[in-house]
Amino acid sequence: MKYRVCHRTEYDYAGPVDQCHNEARLLLRDAAHQHCTRSLLNIEPRPQVYHERRDFFGNRVAYFAIQERHSRLVVNAVSDVEVTTPTDIAPGASRCWEQARPRATEWGLLEGGSAYLYCLDSPLVPLSAQARQYAEISCPPGRPLLEVAHDLMGRIYHDYAYVPGFTAVTTPLADVMEHRKGVCQDFAHVAIACLRSMGLPARYVSGYLETLPAPGQKKLVGADASHAWFAVFDPDLGWVDYDPTNNRMIGQRHLTAAWGRDFADVSPLKGVLYGSGRHELKVSVDVARLDPASALPDFDDPVRSI
Amino acid sequence: MSLEVPRGQSAGFDLSAYATHLTAGDEMWQAGQVRPQWMRLMQGLDQLGPKNLARQRQEARRLLRENGVTYNVYGDPQTPSRPWELDLIPLVFGAAEWARIESGLIQRTMLLDHIFADLYGPRRLIAEGLLPPELVYGSGAFLLPCDQMPERRLLLYAADVARGPDGRMWVLSDRTQSPLGAGYALENRTALRRLLPRLTQDCQIRHLSFFFQALRDQLQNSARGRDQPRIALLTAGPLDEAYFEHAYLASYLGFPLVQGGDLTVRDGCVWLKSIEGLKQVDILLRRVEDRNCDPLELRGDGPGGVAGLLDSVRQGNVVVANPLGSSALENPGLLAFLPRIARHVFGQELELSSAATWWCGHDGERAYVLEHMEDLVIKSTQRSTIHPSVLGANLSHSEKAELRQRIEAAPHLYVAQERVAFSTTPTLVEDHLEPRHAILRTFLVAKEGGYTVMPGGLTRVAPDRDSFVVATQAGGISKDTWVLADEPDHPISLWLRPRDDLQTQADEGVLSSRAGENLFWVGRYAERAEAVARLLRVVLERLHAGGEHGDEAETGCLHQLLRAVTRLTNTLPGFVGRGGKQRLQRPWQELRTVVLTGSDKGTSLLKTLKALQGASYAIRDRWSTDAWRIIDDMQEHWSDIQNKPLLSSVQVQDDLDLLLTDLLALSGLNKESMTREAGWLLLDIGRRIERGLLLIALLRSTLVPRTNQTEEHLLQEAVLFAKQSLITYRRRYRSYLQLASVLELLLIDETNPRSLVYQFGQLQEHIAALPRNYRAARLSEEERLVLAAHTRLRLIDPVALAEGGEDRRDKRRELDNLLADMRQALMATSEALTRTYFSHAQVSSQLVPSHDADAAL
Repeated sequence: MKYRVCHRTEYDYAGPVDQCHNEARLLLRDAAHQHCTRSLLNIEPRPQVYHERRDFFGNRVAYFAIQERHSRLVVNAVSDVEVTTPTDIAPGASRCWEQARPRATEWGLLEGGSAYLYCLDSPLVPLSAQARQYAEISCPPGRPLLEVAHDLMGRIYHDYAYVPGFTAVTTPLADVMEHRKGVCQDFAHVAIACLRSMGLPARYVSGYLETLPAPGQKKLVGADASHAWFAVFDPDLGWVDYDPTNNRMIGQRHLTAAWGRDFADVSPLKGVLYGSGRHELKVSVDVARLDPASALPDFDDPVRSI
Repeated sequence: MSLEVPRGQSAGFDLSAYATHLTAGDEMWQAGQVRPQWMRLMQGLDQLGPKNLARQRQEARRLLRENGVTYNVYGDPQTPSRPWELDLIPLVFGAAEWARIESGLIQRTMLLDHIFADLYGPRRLIAEGLLPPELVYGSGAFLLPCDQMPERRLLLYAADVARGPDGRMWVLSDRTQSPLGAGYALENRTALRRLLPRLTQDCQIRHLSFFFQALRDQLQNSARGRDQPRIALLTAGPLDEAYFEHAYLASYLGFPLVQGGDLTVRDGCVWLKSIEGLKQVDILLRRVEDRNCDPLELRGDGPGGVAGLLDSVRQGNVVVANPLGSSALENPGLLAFLPRIARHVFGQELELSSAATWWCGHDGERAYVLEHMEDLVIKSTQRSTIHPSVLGANLSHSEKAELRQRIEAAPHLYVAQERVAFSTTPTLVEDHLEPRHAILRTFLVAKEGGYTVMPGGLTRVAPDRDSFVVATQAGGISKDTWVLADEPDHPISLWLRPRDDLQTQADEGVLSSRAGENLFWVGRYAERAEAVARLLRVVLERLHAGGEHGDEAETGCLHQLLRAVTRLTNTLPGFVGRGGKQRLQRPWQELRTVVLTGSDKGTSLLKTLKALQGASYAIRDRWSTDAWRIIDDMQEHWSDIQNKPLLSSVQVQDDLDLLLTDLLALSGLNKESMTREAGWLLLDIGRRIERGLLLIALLRSTLVPRTNQTEEHLLQEAVLFAKQSLITYRRRYRSYLQLASVLELLLIDETNPRSLVYQFGQLQEHIAALPRNYRAARLSEEERLVLAAHTRLRLIDPVALAEGGEDRRDKRRELDNLLADMRQALMATSEALTRTYFSHAQVSSQLVPSHDADAAL
């Protein structure tokens, strides 16, 4: 299946901004079942400095700086991706969770030991007894790892209420766990905290989900949103992704943008600006199935086009 | 060399008594005699005798305090910086032993350099099982954004070393991000050379200057391909505990001292915002923790850093020393793994061993640590003040249980170290010597293919006899460190070795906008303090004299002057607003407020002095020792005044005299010893603007109101006196006191340095001499403002002003209008200058990240 993801971010500043430095993680990366065929970033006003790199996790990062006075920043990111269906996994066939902890295995030191990095606490996911208590219920001795992950996903789906606006980026995870309310980011963080508290490597995945209109209605453009879920590392299968917001494993309609220890590592657009401090933010996202013949959108002056 | 031991019988020190105090190995005393390398020093000290030495110690305190050597323990502007404590007896090393230490330190630095390059590069040490990943990733000091940086060389290194029970030097900890103390070591040496000149000459001590030369060479060479690289020293600012050292090093090395806000990243390069515009910086010697260096990629809070710095480093456009991310090497857990890595990487044993260290991340080690807590020092691998290192033996039962729980919850975050009983060294306590445990901080800087070691370092000793706690925060005492040379060592001056391939160019150095603004405010505050002090002095004199006669005119004059005090200091309501009449009856209480506390809007004299000190301290690197001594004295003296419960007006009069002497000395120094570059121009512009503004305020509240003639005469006389123009007036106009003549002298006399026209004349010259980005025929805004005011002033007729404006009986309206306009012109000039030269103070903020709602199926 082919998709086009358009992610538009607009910041309107209360006063003039003379300079800004930004990092965007908006261009979709390649993943196990996903290949990004082309992508484009359009920034207004046009930045004076722009270059791309891969970060520690291999995510695509665009650094740009605008050095002229402006009062609005618009970033349009467009990525075309091909997604194949993940092979079906029988959760019961995986090894038991105790044997999936990196210290118990020889592959823990691969890739600079990064499996360990995903076991430790991270800026937004501190280690906590609270998470461990919640996780232990899903982790009876000898249970296969993927059953543990599946069970955890289901419990979070049922125990937590999906309440937009209840949390913000800065809400501590402990509050989320106490009130059992939040959005996809919070659910992913909860699952990650639980898995790590048991010594299992877990990572945060940011991405998109194709939404389907109600039967008989036309799909609205720009009504989609970015999405987030978690993945657990299976020594035999590699990373396996779960979407606790929708209680399902990721499928063809999940598109991966970036991954890291938690949201802080994959923030879609970060910036430091000099001048006006107050601003308003508008984000619109559109995930559409792609007709193979369609061209990339025609922006006046794209900074990147592949 | 004679090995004759100085005996207790002489007038000198009783070394046998010293020996009885010894509990551990001693640096100076071994097997009943003085070690050879200490002989000459001990003989010299003996000749000098305890009394002389105690006197010199007093002198050392005075010298260091006056030089402003401080360590700001709490980083709090309200608590005074702690003066630096120097013990006069150095720690001595012989040439042969030092050579061994040097070799060991170099080996260790090269090992850490290898680890640094590997951790932020291929991470083979992890893959090969030589370093546990949790140890590296768990400390929080491994900065992910710094991964795979192109330049991964450790340029600076410092180690805390001490002599262990086996008689060899041990490494206690590694300092790899912005090693502190080299400047203090230099200051200690400078002080000792001055206090014990004979001894320091006789002992053939190796000089420290080589090290600083090597540092400068290394920094210069690290900016490849740039002929005259600009190096700046990055500090977190006056609140940093070691700000003194930053300023001291900056001025010793000749680098501008900058804060994050002084820099900006544009076009991928780092620029210094100077009053001449942006100047590129090629190398940053940083004294800011790496994680605070870039709010975009590292930590978002706090204003210390420069957004985009990391990217600039990544692009190879700036070199940061030490490289960002190097704090990962300060992890105390690494100590446990160094010997294995040394064998694996270099095929060598470590020449300097470190204290035995157990990393709790391994089960066996953790079990050992939990069992032997009593005998161990337990440290967190995360560098935080919440859980500082603790001595197991000092913990209560419940504290131990709590620590055990913390270790078991996150074992990879804890290490334990054996308690090392390190050696003692003689320290002067009152008039005798006592042994104190000592730690030496050594410093290294990279050079082609290796490292250079500072021959000496910063020695710190514990404050009490049995204490092992040697931390500057805990009130430790520092010492000079002598490395003896086999042959006389010749000092080098940092001036003497220009690189052969470079032609020396006159570069007056950049003045950052922030430094420029601080100089401008130093000028304004100093002038304000002077003017207020002068007026207060006049008022107090009249107050003390006036009480006797109670003459109506004199009282009227006094009241008018008191109102002028309120106007000048803006301490409303004071004598002007609500309740003013009552305050006029008993003025001292209100005057006391003006001196000490001020009001919401208005500033007291004391606050002005504090502001003066604050602005001066922010540019500490630009002051000579003499200038700083004056600034510090004033601050010291006036802080005392604040604490006196019963402050009498007579006492204040004396204090004001003293203050005026200090202020005049400061302005004299500024005038006589600062070159007429942009910095001085801005300082003097600040002075001129403030002098003009205060003269206007004084005239508007004394000469503008109409009263009876006697009272007016008294007022005119007081104003002339306060403006130091009374003698000139008498000489010129004899005894006829006329308002027109007074105005002539104070407003339009171009030869009177206190007149308003004189201030505008100076402003015009100074502003024209300031650097400008472009030269156009068109005048700049500040030039236009000053020229217009100056011209108008020169055209006035004082006689008409003195008489004019008959439509108001209580007030000379034309004079008032003129003065109001002049005030407006000065204020506008100040604002225009701020826009042109100081507009660096742009606030940075973070974009609020989007917390997107998500799609449900």
